[in-house]
Amino acid sequence: MGEDDLRQMIGRVKNGSLSRRGFMRRMAAVGLTAPMATQLLAIAGAGSAQAQGSVPAYRPTRRGGGGQLKVLYWQASTLLNPHFAVGTTNQDASRVFYEPLAGWAADGTLHPVLAAEIPSIENGGLSADGRSVTWKLKRGVKWHDGQDFSADDVIFNWEYSRNPAVAAVTSGSYRDVNAVKVDDHTVRVEFAQPTPFWADAFVAATGQLIPKHLFQAFNGANSRDAPTNLRPVGTGAYRFVSFLPGDTLRAELNPNYHMNNRPFFDTLEVKGGGDAVSAARAVLQTGDFDYAWNLQVEDELLKRLEAANRGRVNIVESGGIEFVQLNCTDPNREIDGERSHISTQHPAFSDPAVRQAMALLIDRNALEQFIYGRGGPATANFLNNPPRFTSRNMRWEFNIARANEILDAAGWVRGRDGIRAKNNVRLRFIYQTSVNAPRQRTQAVYKQAAQRAGIDLELKSVTASVFFSSDVANPDTFTKFYADMQMYTTTMPQADPQRFMNQYVSWELSTRANSWQGRNIVRWRNDEYDAAFRAAESEIDPVKRAALFIRMNDLIVGSNHIIPLVKRPTVSGSVNNLRHVLSGWDGTFWALQDWWRET
Amino acid sequence: MTPAGEAWRRFRKHKLAVGSAVVLGLMILAVLFGPLFWTVPIDEIDFTARLQGPSLAHPFGTDDLGQDLLARVLYGGRISLAVGFAAMGVAVTVGVLVGAIAGMSKGPVDVALMWVTDLFLSLPQLPLLLLIIYLFRDALADLVGQELGVFIMIVAVIGLFNWMQVARLVRAQFFSLREKEFVEAARALGASRVRIVVQHILPNALGPVIVAASIDVAGAILAESTLSFLGLGFPPDTPTWGRLLFDAKDNLDFAPHWAIFPGLAIFLTVLTINFVGDGLRDALDPRRVQ
Amino acid sequence: MAQYLLRRLLIAIPSLLGISVILFTVLALAPGDPFEELATNPAIPPEVRLALRASLGIDDPVHIRYFRWLTSMLQGEWGFSFVSRVDVDQLILQRLPVTLIVIGSSQILALAIALPVGIMAATRPYSIFDQVANTLAFVGFSLPTFFTGLLLIMLFSIHLDWLPFVYRAQIDATGWQWWWEHIKQSIMPITVLGLFQGAAWTRFVRSAVLDVVRLDYVTTARAKGIPERRVINRHVVRNALIPVVTLVALQMPAVFGGAIVTEQIFRVPGIGSLLISAVLANDTPVIMAVTFVFACLVIFFNLLADVIYGWLDPRISYS
Repeated sequence: MGEDDLRQMIGRVKNGSLSRRGFMRRMAAVGLTAPMATQLLAIAGAGSAQAQGSVPAYRPTRRGGGGQLKVLYWQASTLLNPHFAVGTTNQDASRVFYEPLAGWAADGTLHPVLAAEIPSIENGGLSADGRSVTWKLKRGVKWHDGQDFSADDVIFNWEYSRNPAVAAVTSGSYRDVNAVKVDDHTVRVEFAQPTPFWADAFVAATGQLIPKHLFQAFNGANSRDAPTNLRPVGTGAYRFVSFLPGDTLRAELNPNYHMNNRPFFDTLEVKGGGDAVSAARAVLQTGDFDYAWNLQVEDELLKRLEAANRGRVNIVESGGIEFVQLNCTDPNREIDGERSHISTQHPAFSDPAVRQAMALLIDRNALEQFIYGRGGPATANFLNNPPRFTSRNMRWEFNIARANEILDAAGWVRGRDGIRAKNNVRLRFIYQTSVNAPRQRTQAVYKQAAQRAGIDLELKSVTASVFFSSDVANPDTFTKFYADMQMYTTTMPQADPQRFMNQYVSWELSTRANSWQGRNIVRWRNDEYDAAFRAAESEIDPVKRAALFIRMNDLIVGSNHIIPLVKRPTVSGSVNNLRHVLSGWDGTFWALQDWWRET
Repeated sequence: MTPAGEAWRRFRKHKLAVGSAVVLGLMILAVLFGPLFWTVPIDEIDFTARLQGPSLAHPFGTDDLGQDLLARVLYGGRISLAVGFAAMGVAVTVGVLVGAIAGMSKGPVDVALMWVTDLFLSLPQLPLLLLIIYLFRDALADLVGQELGVFIMIVAVIGLFNWMQVARLVRAQFFSLREKEFVEAARALGASRVRIVVQHILPNALGPVIVAASIDVAGAILAESTLSFLGLGFPPDTPTWGRLLFDAKDNLDFAPHWAIFPGLAIFLTVLTINFVGDGLRDALDPRRVQ
Repeated sequence: MAQYLLRRLLIAIPSLLGISVILFTVLALAPGDPFEELATNPAIPPEVRLALRASLGIDDPVHIRYFRWLTSMLQGEWGFSFVSRVDVDQLILQRLPVTLIVIGSSQILALAIALPVGIMAATRPYSIFDQVANTLAFVGFSLPTFFTGLLLIMLFSIHLDWLPFVYRAQIDATGWQWWWEHIKQSIMPITVLGLFQGAAWTRFVRSAVLDVVRLDYVTTARAKGIPERRVINRHVVRNALIPVVTLVALQMPAVFGGAIVTEQIFRVPGIGSLLISAVLANDTPVIMAVTFVFACLVIFFNLLADVIYGWLDPRISYS
């Protein structure tokens, strides 16, 4: 489907000869169903991005009466202010009480929560030049303490998050935008540049709104002292009962909730701690708990636990990708005291033949089939989701014989110990990753195949808290990349690839000069990629923009400096009679008000 | 008869101890030479033979990658046994030294040594481990090579975190023993301080040391698995006994064989070392009446 | 004795200071920081991470951080957790009751097993009872707690469905029901810890009693015709208690410090799990507070042990 067809179709939706559903269905048929798709429609001026039917029907006909809902997180939440939430666990825990203007449904459509409607060109919410969004707030919403929710609260969140003294984690979503109160129930977000991805501030996890009247005295260095940090007062379907940091969170039904007949459950308990396997057991095998979050467990085991017939495993698509990086720079040479310096070249990986061989030596099929299962479908792309950004040009193959041919042809000769070498460079690589059972299995699988092609991999695993830290003094962090190869998962928290694909632009190189905070860890540089990224940043035309991202994917994957392995959808477990609404583009509790139990 | 001969005579009478020594010796021989006879590679991945129970092809069964568990248990045994014994040696040597010196001296030396003991007892092990490994891993690897470097570091780390109990036990024994009649008698006879310690007090204080030593071997074998789980020990593909047990635990209900063999190996080691320890103690016991 | 005690107590102050310096240095130099999850999330700009580090003072030189910690500690301020931004003393107090109950009971269980079994086994060395007790003890400490814990869960929670394996600190029940629920969920963690500890202690008690049983004065007491039971209780056990007291004193601080692995398996919200998550997140104020209290307890209980030695064996002198 070309750009013109798409435009024509958008035109038909506009003049009413094609329904929104019909449009979505056709896009799905050509692989273009996308979380961005509705935004695409919205920005092109075709109806509200508010999806119909993207959230399953809610059946209960009255509020409450559902008893207790018990949720198990193997990581425990430690604080309940969404602006301080350093990880998913804390974002999710805050989401029990706080709500954003809108959340992302599983199909990538926006779903209004505290907004009266999703902004679009028709309803005047979106400006045609992509420089502002106007949100209309739902009326009659009350905070748990009885105060009214208004535009002042929304503006306050913008001020609070961007205040450097507060040190909010969410500041990335707010510091470059301007928020203006239009009236008590209308807020406008303004951008300096045309912004194709406008639904960031006040949306989803980083958009959870805290009440001005309880936090305004703490908008500064004293932000930590706000008692409400630990006793949240939000607008959500459940209100606060008690919280033990690092252990249990308890909530009860909010009798004044702003949506009819919701919520269903009378009380809610979120227990944290332990490990993923026993969490899976507690839901799937014994049914002691109703829902278990993020089951990073080998699929084989999950299937065996599911056989107890008490619960099921939920797989929800998202953008996470497990991949291997082949260092562009030399980790063993120091330039001005800095290893993996960008002025160096990796002695072996600078040869495209070696990289190509490396890409041929990982058996993604085995990874999918025997290690990750449903939790890790094999992929050839770095950018896999939303589907309209998925490239169809990339292929993967597992072929030891071909890898050997390529290496032979490139002049890498096997030595006496069976390891190939050329010009005193031996194909012996340090392959590091974090401590995590499936990763260690993957390392073993890769090592064996590489051995058969005359490449020796030395495996190294680093504790996750060290590997993923931003500690400048520590040589083992993944951003330093003082190894030949490394492997981890990078997540895609938004249904838009812009922040995801900046991992390979040249101005993001991870170096000592930026304390290794740059996102381009593999230290790959390519002018065409840079240009494509710059163009995509302000490209309002959704189709052209998608094409740019696909090109970027093909460039980086085609270089073989990164080797995508498996997609990482979110995997969770729930008991059979629980009816929940999950999404890979938003937190677990993004639609907690819609959860109920079938009896 | 020499004292050593006398001890050997007594040891031989302790049937359990002799039997255990034989079993332990066999285990050591097996892990040393077993891989020469059982030549299946430890890391041969075979997805068609995953989680299989014991069979002729795989007498101990296979793990979730289809790797042969017998080969892995044999290979891992070398490391586990070496780490267990070496770390126990470090812990007991340091512990006995510190305990004996503290127990014989009164005043500042005792106070200073107990301060060090208290310090080690209260240090949080995990951050310290991360620190030690981060400080010394590369330096040691450059000095003695990757594998030996890791081995030395693990032994040192486990040993240095486990001597405190031995030290406190030995010191307490010394406090009690140094006032006993037979020590008084030796002192009255003009025996030197060192002679009193080595000949009279130490042998009597060995009881708890031997028990602690035998417990420490098990502790060290298991501690090694914790280290490698944290990414601090041997490379992740090294199948030590503790590591095998750890990997096996989630499949306990579907593939018990995976856990049973390494678990049994650790248990047998502990059992035999303890009986040998009992035998040794009886043999060395200066007061034994028989 | 009193003078000795006074001296030891006075020395305890500088030695605690010294320990705190070393603890702090180790923690400050150890690799890692509290923002692991921020690092892989592309939505969070790196500057945010750097600003966070700066706002928590993580980038300041070690000695400055130490003196900042010390001065606030002297004023009774424990600092706040980097991760939860909650005051540390509050975090510890929340977890103290559960830790004391679970770990405390397990230690009592361990003693209740080790003392009688160890003494019985030692008074009849190499009898059937001794052999069985020994073998069980070997099983006890050659299996790690992560393994025995899982074994118990398989048996009692999954197979038999008798006991819950997720510990819940707050239970919605009153009266007997409340007690019953708490006991049910505590059985497995207490058993796992108690058996592991008890197994090792049994071996020590047996060895200590064996040592004493053969001493001359015991033989003399026996020869005098004093009843065996009295010989054992009066003469043997008292002297054999010295190593036992040493071991128990070494273990007592753990009642505060918690048991990391067992707490993790059964999701007991004790201080051990607080400590491990703090360590993994490099949450220095929390680690510092927990280990410092732990250090105080270590010093206190070891001192107490020294005092008890003197009481058990009056001939021991410290002057």
